[in-house]
Amino acid sequence: MDGKIIIEIRELTKFYEEQVAVDHLSLKITEGEVFGFLGPNGAGKTTTLLMLLGLSEPTSGKAWVCGFDPTRDPLKVKRVVGYLPENVGFYDDMNAAENLKFVSRLNGIPDDQSAVKIDEVLKIVDLQAEPRKKVGAFSRGMRQRLGIAEVLVKEPQVVFLDEPTLGLDPEGSSQMLELIQSLSRDKKITVFFSSHLLDQVQKISHRVGIMIKGSLVAVGRIDDLAKEKLGIGQERYTLEEIYMKYFKEG
Amino acid sequence: MGLLTICRKELADHFSSTRFTLLFTLILMVSLVTAYMVGTSMRDELKEVAKPTFVFLMLFTSSGKLFSLISFIAFFGPLIGIVLGFDAISRERSARTLSKLISQPIYRDAVINGKFLAGAITISIMLLAIVLLISGLGLRLIGIVPGPEEILRLALYLVISIFYISFWLGISILFSVSFRSMATSALAAIACWILFSFAVPLVAAPLADAISPVDQQTVASNPQLLVQHEQTRKILSLFSPMTLYSEGTTTILDPLRKTTQSLLLMGPMERLSISRFQSPLPLSQSIYIVFPHLISLIAITVVCFAISYIAFMRQEIRST
Repeated sequence: MDGKIIIEIRELTKFYEEQVAVDHLSLKITEGEVFGFLGPNGAGKTTTLLMLLGLSEPTSGKAWVCGFDPTRDPLKVKRVVGYLPENVGFYDDMNAAENLKFVSRLNGIPDDQSAVKIDEVLKIVDLQAEPRKKVGAFSRGMRQRLGIAEVLVKEPQVVFLDEPTLGLDPEGSSQMLELIQSLSRDKKITVFFSSHLLDQVQKISHRVGIMIKGSLVAVGRIDDLAKEKLGIGQERYTLEEIYMKYFKEG
Repeated sequence: MGLLTICRKELADHFSSTRFTLLFTLILMVSLVTAYMVGTSMRDELKEVAKPTFVFLMLFTSSGKLFSLISFIAFFGPLIGIVLGFDAISRERSARTLSKLISQPIYRDAVINGKFLAGAITISIMLLAIVLLISGLGLRLIGIVPGPEEILRLALYLVISIFYISFWLGISILFSVSFRSMATSALAAIACWILFSFAVPLVAAPLADAISPVDQQTVASNPQLLVQHEQTRKILSLFSPMTLYSEGTTTILDPLRKTTQSLLLMGPMERLSISRFQSPLPLSQSIYIVFPHLISLIAITVVCFAISYIAFMRQEIRST
Protein backbone atom coordinates (compact mmCIF):
# COMPACT_ATOMS: atom_id res chain seq x y z
CA MET A 1 0.00 0.00 0.00
CA ASP A 2 1.23 3.45 -0.76
CA GLY A 3 0.00 6.67 0.71
CA LYS A 4 0.33 8.54 3.95
CA ILE A 5 0.61 6.68 7.23
CA ILE A 6 -2.34 7.78 9.33
CA ILE A 7 -2.05 5.48 12.33
CA GLU A 8 1.26 4.36 13.67
CA ILE A 9 1.56 2.06 16.63
CA ARG A 10 4.97 1.30 18.09
CA GLU A 11 5.56 -1.36 20.73
CA LEU A 12 2.25 -0.60 22.41
CA THR A 13 1.80 -2.64 25.60
CA LYS A 14 -0.94 -2.76 28.17
CA PHE A 15 -0.98 -4.73 31.39
CA TYR A 16 -4.01 -5.24 33.57
CA GLU A 17 -2.35 -6.00 36.86
CA GLU A 18 -0.19 -9.01 35.98
CA GLN A 19 -2.12 -9.99 32.88
CA VAL A 20 -0.87 -8.76 29.55
CA ALA A 21 -3.71 -7.48 27.37
CA VAL A 22 -1.69 -6.06 24.50
CA ASP A 23 1.89 -7.21 24.00
CA HIS A 24 4.33 -4.99 22.09
CA LEU A 25 2.00 -4.23 19.24
CA SER A 26 3.50 -2.44 16.24
CA LEU A 27 1.40 -1.54 13.23
CA LYS A 28 1.09 1.05 10.48
CA ILE A 29 -2.11 1.92 8.72
CA THR A 30 -2.27 4.07 5.61
CA GLU A 31 -4.84 6.66 4.76
CA GLY A 32 -8.08 5.47 3.21
CA GLU A 33 -7.60 1.79 3.87
CA VAL A 34 -10.02 -0.64 5.47
CA PHE A 35 -8.12 -2.58 8.06
CA GLY A 36 -9.68 -5.63 9.64
CA PHE A 37 -8.49 -6.46 13.09
CA LEU A 38 -9.12 -10.12 13.86
CA GLY A 39 -8.84 -12.23 16.91
CA PRO A 40 -10.80 -14.30 19.38
CA ASN A 41 -12.66 -12.69 22.27
CA GLY A 42 -10.30 -11.26 24.82
CA ALA A 43 -7.37 -10.99 22.40
CA GLY A 44 -6.91 -7.30 23.20
CA LYS A 45 -8.64 -5.75 20.21
CA THR A 46 -10.89 -3.44 22.20
CA THR A 47 -8.05 -2.52 24.53
CA THR A 48 -5.98 -1.47 21.53
CA LEU A 49 -8.81 0.69 20.22
CA LEU A 50 -9.27 2.29 23.63
CA MET A 51 -5.58 3.11 23.83
CA LEU A 52 -5.64 4.61 20.34
CA LEU A 53 -8.47 6.88 21.49
CA GLY A 54 -6.74 7.92 24.67
CA LEU A 55 -9.46 6.33 26.80
CA SER A 56 -7.01 3.90 28.30
CA GLU A 57 -3.40 4.55 29.13
CA PRO A 58 -0.76 2.22 27.67
CA THR A 59 1.70 0.66 30.08
CA SER A 60 4.44 1.34 27.58
CA GLY A 61 4.85 2.11 23.90
CA LYS A 62 3.58 4.89 21.70
CA ALA A 63 0.93 5.53 19.14
CA TRP A 64 0.11 8.32 16.74
CA VAL A 65 -3.29 8.86 15.22
CA CYS A 66 -3.43 11.55 12.51
CA GLY A 67 -0.18 12.84 13.93
CA PHE A 68 -1.45 13.19 17.51
CA ASP A 69 -0.42 11.19 20.52
CA PRO A 70 -3.63 9.87 22.12
CA THR A 71 -2.09 9.74 25.58
CA ARG A 72 -1.03 13.38 25.49
CA ASP A 73 -3.65 14.95 23.23
CA PRO A 74 -6.75 12.81 23.63
CA LEU A 75 -9.02 15.69 22.70
CA LYS A 76 -7.29 16.30 19.37
CA VAL A 77 -7.49 12.61 18.55
CA LYS A 78 -11.14 12.41 19.52
CA ARG A 79 -11.90 15.36 17.28
CA VAL A 80 -10.74 13.54 14.14
CA VAL A 81 -11.62 9.97 15.10
CA GLY A 82 -15.08 8.52 15.21
CA TYR A 83 -15.51 5.56 17.55
CA LEU A 84 -18.34 3.07 17.48
CA PRO A 85 -18.11 0.93 20.62
CA GLU A 86 -19.32 -2.62 20.71
CA ASN A 87 -23.01 -2.57 21.73
CA VAL A 88 -23.29 1.17 21.40
CA GLY A 89 -25.92 2.87 23.56
CA PHE A 90 -28.21 5.79 22.83
CA TYR A 91 -30.56 7.97 24.80
CA ASP A 92 -33.65 5.87 24.25
CA ASP A 93 -36.14 8.61 25.00
CA MET A 94 -34.87 10.78 22.17
CA ASN A 95 -35.28 10.22 18.44
CA ALA A 96 -32.43 9.62 16.02
CA ALA A 97 -32.00 13.25 15.03
CA GLU A 98 -31.97 14.41 18.66
CA ASN A 99 -29.28 11.89 19.53
CA LEU A 100 -27.21 13.09 16.59
CA LYS A 101 -27.77 16.70 17.55
CA PHE A 102 -26.47 16.04 21.04
CA VAL A 103 -23.32 14.41 19.64
CA SER A 104 -22.84 17.32 17.22
CA ARG A 105 -23.05 19.76 20.08
CA LEU A 106 -20.48 17.79 22.03
CA ASN A 107 -18.26 18.15 18.98
CA GLY A 108 -18.80 21.88 18.96
CA ILE A 109 -20.76 21.97 15.73
CA PRO A 110 -23.30 24.83 15.79
CA ASP A 111 -26.94 23.79 15.49
CA ASP A 112 -27.58 25.47 12.14
CA GLN A 113 -24.68 23.60 10.54
CA SER A 114 -25.45 20.29 12.18
CA ALA A 115 -29.08 20.26 11.02
CA VAL A 116 -28.00 19.89 7.38
CA LYS A 117 -25.34 17.36 8.27
CA ILE A 118 -27.75 15.27 10.33
CA ASP A 119 -30.22 15.03 7.44
CA GLU A 120 -27.38 13.98 5.20
CA VAL A 121 -26.01 11.22 7.42
CA LEU A 122 -29.47 9.89 8.24
CA LYS A 123 -29.95 9.48 4.50
CA ILE A 124 -26.62 7.69 4.17
CA VAL A 125 -27.50 5.14 6.85
CA ASP A 126 -31.08 4.88 5.59
CA LEU A 127 -32.82 6.06 8.76
CA GLN A 128 -34.51 9.16 7.35
CA ALA A 129 -37.90 7.46 7.07
CA GLU A 130 -38.96 7.72 10.69
CA PRO A 131 -37.68 10.97 12.13
CA ARG A 132 -40.06 10.95 15.13
CA LYS A 133 -39.46 7.41 16.28
CA LYS A 134 -37.72 7.09 19.62
CA VAL A 135 -34.44 5.22 19.54
CA GLY A 136 -35.74 2.91 22.27
CA ALA A 137 -38.01 1.34 19.66
CA PHE A 138 -35.21 0.77 17.14
CA SER A 139 -34.16 -2.69 16.04
CA ARG A 140 -30.59 -3.78 16.54
CA GLY A 141 -29.71 -3.17 12.91
CA MET A 142 -31.17 0.33 13.07
CA ARG A 143 -29.25 1.10 16.25
CA GLN A 144 -26.02 -0.05 14.69
CA ARG A 145 -26.64 2.14 11.65
CA LEU A 146 -27.47 5.05 13.91
CA GLY A 147 -24.10 4.39 15.54
CA ILE A 148 -22.43 4.81 12.15
CA ALA A 149 -24.42 8.01 11.61
CA GLU A 150 -23.19 9.29 14.96
CA VAL A 151 -19.62 8.59 13.92
CA LEU A 152 -20.11 10.32 10.57
CA VAL A 153 -21.75 13.44 11.87
CA LYS A 154 -18.43 14.75 13.14
CA GLU A 155 -16.78 14.24 9.73
CA PRO A 156 -13.91 12.09 10.97
CA GLN A 157 -10.70 11.20 9.15
CA VAL A 158 -10.52 7.82 10.82
CA VAL A 159 -13.23 5.59 12.24
CA PHE A 160 -12.77 2.82 14.78
CA LEU A 161 -15.53 0.25 14.68
CA ASP A 162 -15.62 -2.36 17.40
CA GLU A 163 -17.48 -5.48 16.23
CA PRO A 164 -19.83 -3.47 14.00
CA THR A 165 -21.77 -6.47 12.71
CA LEU A 166 -22.10 -8.42 15.92
CA GLY A 167 -25.60 -9.71 16.47
CA LEU A 168 -27.04 -8.48 13.19
CA ASP A 169 -29.15 -10.62 10.91
CA PRO A 170 -27.70 -11.46 7.47
CA GLU A 171 -29.47 -8.60 5.77
CA GLY A 172 -28.52 -6.15 8.47
CA SER A 173 -24.91 -7.18 8.42
CA SER A 174 -24.57 -7.01 4.65
CA GLN A 175 -26.12 -3.54 4.78
CA MET A 176 -23.58 -2.66 7.44
CA LEU A 177 -20.66 -4.01 5.42
CA GLU A 178 -21.85 -2.07 2.41
CA LEU A 179 -21.90 1.04 4.54
CA ILE A 180 -18.41 0.46 5.89
CA GLN A 181 -17.05 -0.05 2.40
CA SER A 182 -18.69 3.12 1.18
CA LEU A 183 -16.95 5.12 3.92
CA SER A 184 -13.59 4.21 2.52
CA ARG A 185 -14.65 4.40 -1.12
CA ASP A 186 -16.77 7.55 -1.18
CA LYS A 187 -15.51 9.56 1.74
CA LYS A 188 -11.88 8.45 1.83
CA ILE A 189 -12.19 7.67 5.53
CA THR A 190 -9.72 5.24 7.03
CA VAL A 191 -11.59 2.37 8.66
CA PHE A 192 -10.05 0.35 11.45
CA PHE A 193 -12.47 -2.30 12.57
CA SER A 194 -12.31 -5.30 14.82
CA SER A 195 -14.30 -8.43 14.29
CA HIS A 196 -14.22 -12.14 14.68
CA LEU A 197 -16.58 -12.84 11.80
CA LEU A 198 -13.99 -13.88 9.28
CA ASP A 199 -16.00 -14.08 6.08
CA GLN A 200 -17.15 -10.51 6.59
CA VAL A 201 -13.66 -9.27 7.22
CA GLN A 202 -12.52 -11.00 4.08
CA LYS A 203 -15.24 -9.31 2.08
CA ILE A 204 -14.36 -5.74 2.87
CA SER A 205 -10.80 -5.42 4.20
CA HIS A 206 -7.81 -4.29 2.23
CA ARG A 207 -5.51 -5.67 4.87
CA VAL A 208 -6.00 -7.69 8.02
CA GLY A 209 -4.14 -8.15 11.26
CA ILE A 210 -4.56 -11.24 13.39
CA MET A 211 -4.24 -10.80 17.09
CA ILE A 212 -3.99 -13.68 19.51
CA LYS A 213 -3.47 -13.32 23.25
CA GLY A 214 -2.34 -9.74 22.97
CA SER A 215 0.21 -10.11 20.22
CA LEU A 216 -0.16 -9.48 16.54
CA VAL A 217 0.78 -12.76 14.87
CA ALA A 218 0.20 -11.76 11.29
CA VAL A 219 -0.50 -8.67 9.27
CA GLY A 220 -0.89 -8.12 5.56
CA ARG A 221 -3.12 -8.58 2.56
CA ILE A 222 -5.27 -11.67 2.74
CA ASP A 223 -3.81 -13.32 -0.38
CA ASP A 224 -0.28 -12.68 0.84
CA LEU A 225 -1.08 -14.34 4.12
CA ALA A 226 -2.64 -17.23 2.28
CA LYS A 227 0.44 -17.69 0.16
CA GLU A 228 2.67 -17.56 3.16
CA LYS A 229 0.67 -19.77 5.43
CA LEU A 230 -1.12 -22.21 3.20
CA GLY A 231 1.24 -22.13 0.26
CA ILE A 232 -1.57 -21.58 -2.17
CA GLY A 233 -1.71 -18.75 -4.62
CA GLN A 234 -4.42 -18.96 -7.18
CA GLU A 235 -6.54 -21.58 -5.54
CA ARG A 236 -9.57 -20.93 -3.46
CA TYR A 237 -8.94 -20.24 0.16
CA THR A 238 -10.84 -18.61 2.94
CA LEU A 239 -9.63 -16.33 5.63
CA GLU A 240 -10.93 -18.85 8.08
CA GLU A 241 -8.37 -21.42 7.02
CA ILE A 242 -5.54 -18.95 7.42
CA TYR A 243 -6.87 -17.80 10.72
CA MET A 244 -7.24 -21.30 12.12
CA LYS A 245 -3.71 -22.07 11.07
CA TYR A 246 -2.42 -19.10 13.02
CA PHE A 247 -4.72 -19.80 15.87
CA LYS A 248 -3.48 -23.36 16.30
CA GLU A 249 0.11 -22.21 16.23
CA GLY A 250 -0.57 -19.31 18.59
CA MET B 1 -18.66 23.81 25.55
CA GLY B 2 -18.96 20.16 26.46
CA LEU B 3 -19.91 21.15 29.99
CA LEU B 4 -22.75 23.39 28.84
CA THR B 5 -24.05 20.84 26.36
CA ILE B 6 -24.19 18.13 28.99
CA CYS B 7 -25.63 20.48 31.58
CA ARG B 8 -28.34 21.56 29.14
CA LYS B 9 -29.30 18.01 28.32
CA GLU B 10 -29.34 16.98 31.97
CA LEU B 11 -31.57 19.92 32.85
CA ALA B 12 -33.99 18.95 30.11
CA ASP B 13 -33.93 15.37 31.40
CA HIS B 14 -34.58 16.46 34.98
CA PHE B 15 -37.48 18.69 34.17
CA SER B 16 -39.17 16.16 31.94
CA SER B 17 -38.68 13.19 34.24
CA THR B 18 -41.66 11.78 36.10
CA ARG B 19 -39.88 11.28 39.38
CA PHE B 20 -38.86 14.92 39.51
CA THR B 21 -42.42 16.03 38.84
CA LEU B 22 -43.73 13.71 41.55
CA LEU B 23 -41.22 14.80 44.12
CA PHE B 24 -41.61 18.46 43.34
CA THR B 25 -45.39 18.24 43.58
CA LEU B 26 -45.14 16.48 46.92
CA ILE B 27 -42.74 18.98 48.41
CA LEU B 28 -44.65 21.89 46.99
CA MET B 29 -47.90 20.62 48.45
CA VAL B 30 -46.45 20.05 51.89
CA SER B 31 -44.75 23.44 51.86
CA LEU B 32 -47.91 25.21 50.84
CA VAL B 33 -50.00 23.43 53.41
CA THR B 34 -47.49 24.22 56.14
CA ALA B 35 -47.23 27.83 55.11
CA TYR B 36 -50.99 28.11 55.01
CA MET B 37 -51.39 26.62 58.48
CA VAL B 38 -48.68 28.80 59.91
CA GLY B 39 -50.04 31.84 58.13
CA THR B 40 -53.59 31.45 59.38
CA SER B 41 -52.56 30.71 62.95
CA MET B 42 -50.25 33.72 62.91
CA ARG B 43 -53.00 35.92 61.58
CA ASP B 44 -55.21 34.94 64.48
CA GLU B 45 -52.47 35.41 67.04
CA LEU B 46 -51.42 38.75 65.68
CA LYS B 47 -54.90 40.23 65.92
CA GLU B 48 -55.06 43.14 68.34
CA VAL B 49 -51.42 42.75 69.30
CA ALA B 50 -48.60 45.11 68.50
CA LYS B 51 -46.78 43.47 65.64
CA PRO B 52 -43.39 42.10 66.59
CA THR B 53 -40.49 42.71 64.25
CA PHE B 54 -39.60 40.15 61.62
CA VAL B 55 -43.06 38.66 61.46
CA PHE B 56 -42.50 37.63 57.90
CA LEU B 57 -39.67 35.24 58.69
CA MET B 58 -41.89 33.46 61.18
CA LEU B 59 -43.73 32.03 58.20
CA PHE B 60 -40.70 29.85 57.66
CA THR B 61 -39.61 29.15 61.21
CA SER B 62 -42.70 28.75 63.34
CA SER B 63 -44.01 25.26 63.44
CA GLY B 64 -47.76 25.73 63.16
CA LYS B 65 -49.59 22.52 63.97
CA LEU B 66 -47.04 20.05 62.63
CA PHE B 67 -43.62 21.29 61.66
CA SER B 68 -41.97 24.36 60.30
CA LEU B 69 -40.95 24.71 56.73
CA ILE B 70 -37.26 24.65 57.52
CA SER B 71 -37.48 21.44 59.46
CA PHE B 72 -39.39 19.96 56.57
CA ILE B 73 -36.64 20.92 54.11
CA ALA B 74 -34.04 19.66 56.58
CA PHE B 75 -35.73 16.26 56.62
CA PHE B 76 -36.77 15.85 53.02
CA GLY B 77 -34.35 18.09 51.15
CA PRO B 78 -31.81 15.25 51.07
CA LEU B 79 -34.32 13.12 49.20
CA ILE B 80 -34.42 15.70 46.40
CA GLY B 81 -30.64 15.56 46.13
CA ILE B 82 -30.61 11.78 46.13
CA VAL B 83 -33.36 11.48 43.55
CA LEU B 84 -31.58 13.89 41.24
CA GLY B 85 -28.21 12.20 41.47
CA PHE B 86 -28.35 8.53 42.33
CA ASP B 87 -28.24 7.32 38.73
CA ALA B 88 -26.23 10.16 37.21
CA ILE B 89 -23.30 8.04 36.08
CA SER B 90 -24.66 4.52 36.48
CA ARG B 91 -27.55 5.22 34.12
CA GLU B 92 -25.11 6.25 31.40
CA ARG B 93 -23.09 3.18 32.13
CA SER B 94 -25.97 0.75 31.94
CA ALA B 95 -27.32 2.40 28.79
CA ARG B 96 -23.79 2.11 27.36
CA THR B 97 -23.75 5.77 26.49
CA LEU B 98 -20.87 6.58 28.83
CA SER B 99 -18.15 5.19 26.57
CA LYS B 100 -19.64 7.06 23.67
CA LEU B 101 -19.83 10.25 25.67
CA ILE B 102 -16.19 10.18 26.67
CA SER B 103 -15.03 9.28 23.18
CA GLN B 104 -16.28 12.68 22.04
CA PRO B 105 -13.82 15.58 22.09
CA ILE B 106 -14.75 16.84 25.55
CA TYR B 107 -12.83 16.69 28.78
CA ARG B 108 -13.90 13.81 30.88
CA ASP B 109 -14.70 16.03 33.85
CA ALA B 110 -17.25 17.88 31.71
CA VAL B 111 -19.51 14.85 32.16
CA ILE B 112 -19.52 14.84 35.94
CA ASN B 113 -19.34 18.63 36.30
CA GLY B 114 -22.21 19.05 33.87
CA LYS B 115 -24.31 16.62 35.81
CA PHE B 116 -23.56 18.20 39.15
CA LEU B 117 -24.18 21.67 37.79
CA ALA B 118 -27.50 20.65 36.25
CA GLY B 119 -28.54 19.07 39.55
CA ALA B 120 -27.56 22.19 41.49
CA ILE B 121 -29.47 24.42 39.08
CA THR B 122 -32.54 22.21 39.38
CA ILE B 123 -32.33 22.37 43.16
CA SER B 124 -31.96 26.15 43.08
CA ILE B 125 -34.96 26.61 40.82
CA MET B 126 -37.02 24.31 42.97
CA LEU B 127 -36.16 26.01 46.25
CA LEU B 128 -36.55 29.47 44.81
CA ALA B 129 -39.99 28.53 43.54
CA ILE B 130 -41.01 27.20 46.94
CA VAL B 131 -39.73 30.22 48.85
CA LEU B 132 -41.36 32.66 46.45
CA LEU B 133 -44.67 30.81 46.56
CA ILE B 134 -44.70 30.76 50.33
CA SER B 135 -43.76 34.44 50.46
CA GLY B 136 -46.63 35.22 48.14
CA LEU B 137 -49.03 33.18 50.19
CA GLY B 138 -47.72 34.79 53.36
CA LEU B 139 -48.19 38.27 51.97
CA ARG B 140 -51.81 37.52 51.29
CA LEU B 141 -52.45 35.81 54.61
CA ILE B 142 -50.76 38.10 57.10
CA GLY B 143 -50.55 41.22 54.98
CA ILE B 144 -47.07 42.22 56.06
CA VAL B 145 -44.42 43.21 53.59
CA PRO B 146 -40.94 41.82 54.34
CA GLY B 147 -38.29 44.42 55.09
CA PRO B 148 -34.93 44.51 53.34
CA GLU B 149 -33.20 42.62 56.12
CA GLU B 150 -35.81 39.91 56.01
CA ILE B 151 -35.28 39.53 52.30
CA LEU B 152 -31.54 39.29 52.84
CA ARG B 153 -32.02 36.65 55.48
CA LEU B 154 -34.31 34.70 53.18
CA ALA B 155 -31.75 34.91 50.38
CA LEU B 156 -29.06 33.61 52.69
CA TYR B 157 -31.36 30.84 53.81
CA LEU B 158 -31.88 29.94 50.17
CA VAL B 159 -28.14 29.74 49.52
CA ILE B 160 -27.54 27.53 52.55
CA SER B 161 -30.39 25.25 51.55
CA ILE B 162 -28.97 24.93 48.04
CA PHE B 163 -25.63 23.88 49.48
CA TYR B 164 -27.30 21.47 51.87
CA ILE B 165 -29.26 19.70 49.15
CA SER B 166 -26.25 19.84 46.82
CA PHE B 167 -24.30 17.97 49.46
CA TRP B 168 -26.76 15.13 49.13
CA LEU B 169 -26.60 15.42 45.38
CA GLY B 170 -22.83 15.03 45.69
CA ILE B 171 -23.21 11.96 47.91
CA SER B 172 -25.59 10.29 45.50
CA ILE B 173 -23.38 11.11 42.49
CA LEU B 174 -20.48 9.60 44.40
CA PHE B 175 -22.43 6.39 44.83
CA SER B 176 -23.51 6.41 41.21
CA VAL B 177 -19.83 6.55 40.24
CA SER B 178 -18.77 3.80 42.59
CA PHE B 179 -21.60 1.33 42.15
CA ARG B 180 -22.54 -0.20 38.84
CA SER B 181 -26.14 -0.86 39.70
CA MET B 182 -28.57 2.01 40.08
CA ALA B 183 -30.50 0.21 42.81
CA THR B 184 -27.38 -0.26 44.93
CA SER B 185 -26.44 3.37 44.60
CA ALA B 186 -29.94 4.54 45.50
CA LEU B 187 -30.02 2.25 48.54
CA ALA B 188 -26.57 3.33 49.67
CA ALA B 189 -27.54 6.99 49.39
CA ILE B 190 -30.75 6.43 51.35
CA ALA B 191 -28.88 4.45 53.98
CA CYS B 192 -26.49 7.38 54.36
CA TRP B 193 -29.40 9.77 54.65
CA ILE B 194 -31.03 7.71 57.40
CA LEU B 195 -27.75 7.26 59.22
CA PHE B 196 -26.74 10.90 59.22
CA SER B 197 -30.15 12.47 59.60
CA PHE B 198 -31.80 10.18 62.11
CA ALA B 199 -29.28 7.86 63.71
CA VAL B 200 -26.48 10.34 64.48
CA PRO B 201 -28.62 12.80 66.48
CA LEU B 202 -30.18 9.88 68.38
CA VAL B 203 -26.90 8.21 69.14
CA ALA B 204 -25.16 11.46 70.11
CA ALA B 205 -26.69 11.58 73.60
CA PRO B 206 -25.81 8.02 74.73
CA LEU B 207 -22.36 8.36 73.19
CA ALA B 208 -21.79 11.58 75.08
CA ASP B 209 -22.88 9.77 78.25
CA ALA B 210 -20.24 7.18 77.58
CA ILE B 211 -17.46 9.62 76.72
CA SER B 212 -17.99 12.15 79.48
CA PRO B 213 -20.33 10.64 82.06
CA VAL B 214 -22.31 12.79 84.48
CA ASP B 215 -24.03 11.73 87.64
CA GLN B 216 -26.01 13.75 90.13
CA GLN B 217 -23.45 13.76 92.95
CA THR B 218 -20.45 14.89 90.99
CA VAL B 219 -22.37 17.50 89.07
CA ALA B 220 -23.39 19.23 92.26
CA SER B 221 -19.76 19.77 93.17
CA ASN B 222 -18.46 20.30 89.66
CA PRO B 223 -20.92 21.87 87.17
CA GLN B 224 -18.11 21.97 84.63
CA LEU B 225 -18.79 18.29 83.99
CA LEU B 226 -22.27 19.08 82.77
CA VAL B 227 -20.90 21.61 80.32
CA GLN B 228 -18.36 19.11 79.12
CA HIS B 229 -21.03 16.50 78.60
CA GLU B 230 -23.18 18.93 76.68
CA GLN B 231 -20.27 19.95 74.48
CA THR B 232 -19.44 16.36 73.64
CA ARG B 233 -23.04 15.69 72.72
CA LYS B 234 -23.08 18.76 70.55
CA ILE B 235 -19.90 17.93 68.69
CA LEU B 236 -21.19 14.43 68.03
CA SER B 237 -24.54 15.63 66.79
CA LEU B 238 -22.83 18.05 64.42
CA PHE B 239 -21.66 15.04 62.44
CA SER B 240 -25.13 15.08 61.01
CA PRO B 241 -25.46 17.53 58.11
CA MET B 242 -29.08 17.88 59.09
CA THR B 243 -28.15 19.28 62.50
CA LEU B 244 -25.65 21.61 60.86
CA TYR B 245 -28.28 22.79 58.48
CA SER B 246 -31.17 23.22 60.86
CA GLU B 247 -29.09 25.00 63.49
CA GLY B 248 -27.59 27.21 60.83
CA THR B 249 -30.82 28.16 59.16
CA THR B 250 -32.92 28.69 62.28
CA THR B 251 -30.37 31.14 63.54
CA ILE B 252 -30.27 32.92 60.20
CA LEU B 253 -34.04 33.12 59.93
CA ASP B 254 -34.72 33.93 63.56
CA PRO B 255 -32.95 37.13 64.62
CA LEU B 256 -33.95 36.53 68.24
CA ARG B 257 -31.81 33.44 68.53
CA LYS B 258 -28.49 34.42 69.95
CA THR B 259 -26.81 31.07 70.26
CA THR B 260 -27.05 27.59 68.85
CA GLN B 261 -26.58 26.09 72.32
CA SER B 262 -29.60 24.38 73.75
CA LEU B 263 -28.17 24.30 77.27
CA LEU B 264 -27.75 27.65 78.92
CA LEU B 265 -26.27 27.91 82.35
CA MET B 266 -27.07 31.25 83.89
CA GLY B 267 -28.16 32.76 87.09
CA PRO B 268 -31.57 34.31 87.75
CA MET B 269 -30.30 37.88 87.36
CA GLU B 270 -28.73 37.08 84.04
CA ARG B 271 -31.94 35.52 82.87
CA LEU B 272 -33.87 38.58 83.92
CA SER B 273 -31.62 40.97 82.08
CA ILE B 274 -31.71 38.83 78.97
CA SER B 275 -35.47 38.74 78.89
CA ARG B 276 -35.67 42.43 79.50
CA PHE B 277 -33.43 43.32 76.62
CA GLN B 278 -34.86 40.85 74.17
CA SER B 279 -34.02 42.52 70.91
CA PRO B 280 -33.21 41.06 67.52
CA LEU B 281 -29.65 40.61 66.39
CA PRO B 282 -28.42 42.32 63.25
CA LEU B 283 -27.87 39.99 60.33
CA SER B 284 -24.09 40.18 60.56
CA GLN B 285 -24.22 38.92 64.15
CA SER B 286 -26.56 36.07 63.23
CA ILE B 287 -24.14 35.04 60.53
CA TYR B 288 -21.29 35.30 62.97
CA ILE B 289 -22.97 32.81 65.33
CA VAL B 290 -23.48 30.15 62.70
CA PHE B 291 -20.42 30.89 60.59
CA PRO B 292 -18.73 27.59 61.52
CA HIS B 293 -21.91 25.73 60.61
CA LEU B 294 -22.12 27.36 57.24
CA ILE B 295 -18.46 26.81 56.45
CA SER B 296 -18.64 23.14 57.43
CA LEU B 297 -21.73 22.66 55.33
CA ILE B 298 -20.03 24.16 52.29
CA ALA B 299 -16.86 22.21 53.04
CA ILE B 300 -18.53 18.81 53.18
CA THR B 301 -20.37 19.59 49.96
CA VAL B 302 -17.12 20.45 48.20
CA VAL B 303 -15.24 17.48 49.66
CA CYS B 304 -17.99 15.11 48.69
CA PHE B 305 -18.05 16.36 45.12
CA ALA B 306 -14.27 16.30 44.95
CA ILE B 307 -14.19 12.64 45.95
CA SER B 308 -16.69 11.67 43.26
CA TYR B 309 -14.78 13.80 40.76
CA ILE B 310 -11.53 12.00 41.47
CA ALA B 311 -13.20 8.59 41.51
CA PHE B 312 -14.77 9.28 38.15
CA MET B 313 -11.59 10.63 36.57
CA ARG B 314 -9.59 7.59 37.59
CA GLN B 315 -12.13 5.04 36.56
CA GLU B 316 -11.37 2.87 33.57
CA ILE B 317 -14.29 3.03 31.22
CA ARG B 318 -14.87 0.17 28.84
CA SER B 319 -17.76 -0.44 26.57
CA THR B 320 -18.24 -3.98 27.75
